[in-house]
Amino acid sequence: MVKTMTQLMTEDGIRCDGRRLDELRNISIKVGVLKNADGSAYIEFGKNKILAGVFGPRDVHPKHMANPDSGILRCRYHMSPFSVTERKNPAPSRREIEISKVIKEALQPSVILKDYPRTVIDVFIEVLQADGGSRCAALDAASVALADAGIPMRDLVSACAAGKVADRIVLDVNNEEDQEGQADMPVALMPNLGKVTLLQLDGMLKPEEFKTCMQTALVGCKRVYEIQRKALMEKYFQNGEQ
Amino acid sequence: MMDIKRRYVIPGDVIATGPLRPEQNVYQDGDKMISTCVGISEIFENSVKVIPLTGGYMPKANDLVIGKVIGTSPLSWEFDINSCFVGFLPAQDVFGRDYSPTKDELRQRLDIGDLVAVRIANFDRSRDPLLTVQDRDLGKIDSGELIEISPSKVPRLIGKRGSMIQTIEMATKAIITIGQNGWIVISCEDSEGLLKAVEAVKMIDALAHTPNLTERVKSMLGVVDGENNDTIND
Repeated sequence: MVKTMTQLMTEDGIRCDGRRLDELRNISIKVGVLKNADGSAYIEFGKNKILAGVFGPRDVHPKHMANPDSGILRCRYHMSPFSVTERKNPAPSRREIEISKVIKEALQPSVILKDYPRTVIDVFIEVLQADGGSRCAALDAASVALADAGIPMRDLVSACAAGKVADRIVLDVNNEEDQEGQADMPVALMPNLGKVTLLQLDGMLKPEEFKTCMQTALVGCKRVYEIQRKALMEKYFQNGEQ
Repeated sequence: MMDIKRRYVIPGDVIATGPLRPEQNVYQDGDKMISTCVGISEIFENSVKVIPLTGGYMPKANDLVIGKVIGTSPLSWEFDINSCFVGFLPAQDVFGRDYSPTKDELRQRLDIGDLVAVRIANFDRSRDPLLTVQDRDLGKIDSGELIEISPSKVPRLIGKRGSMIQTIEMATKAIITIGQNGWIVISCEDSEGLLKAVEAVKMIDALAHTPNLTERVKSMLGVVDGENNDTIND
């Protein structure tokens, strides 16, 4: 146990990939990368490479799923067979089905669906390369893709994880830290409304640790939001902030 | 002249606070006016709206749209109107009140694949849009070039009081039918004029959010400035 901890973090708080405790990985987002989708985004979140495509609003098939009062949101999170070191079976796994569900539920409060009765908005997320924290990165890309598709939204959704590694609270847990660390807590936030739409915790935290962890994650979400915002501005206004 | 403040916004941006009326693409949270889409916000004296830069077409009663026949049922045609809803044109609208499904053949008037200029007669949340061809300038389109642009850019193509479209029509001698759903039919006897008009429409689609667009379109079409001095900074 002691051995892994020294590997994960040096004594002066430098993590295994050279980051400080409160440092995000490099993030870049490109908007509108898929011509055939109504909206799309590509995110590189550290070593994560994720594509998100949005279709709709469009007709619901199968028809019985349609809701006459409002639109529905469907979400599919999928990992490519080549996204991890060992080939992954392309059939949806238990984990992927769960992540699809939590991403859908994290996006739902932001999307205004009542304007589109009897229709569906489909969000497809394809993980091309995975490196820990892919659900947060996927959520960030999906939210930008929804905005690109022109779906009315109350706010963007920005997500970022925080966790506990070698007894210290860190921002943006990577794959190694996720495997060996003590806790991983993905959080999604609607930054302008200040509302949390996703909160999961894998591991154990003391109440005080939870508070710090939450604060750290929220700071991370806000930083991610700035990057999402910049990406959208670049696409639509050639970064011409007025 | 009212004071209009414009700003580039994305979903979630607070446009203004205070006792204002939220109009299109704006949602109210307490006294905050929040944008729901990527676009350009405009604050008027007592209302706020956002002109969207992306998004599909949402049918609205009285809109002129261009539809494509995708199917028929015994009593109506079904139209693709570039929206998430399918448009319905009742057979009686074309054949008159004495239409009988046994006597008349729908496909003889409008076949699958035909383009038709239609007006949306009625649309609400509970039913698909009802179309009509009972008006001037409506009906089957026989010739022309179909161009698709983003429906959110149609107002820009029309311009203030039709200034932009008039400029293009006068410079190229083309006849342009604009559907609010982003489908546009251009017909012109002169092939060069047709190409120029197509190019101008595509240019507006690509550069819709930039200022001085009318000027740029004019210089592309080679129009000498002078007679058409409408507002250019809209």
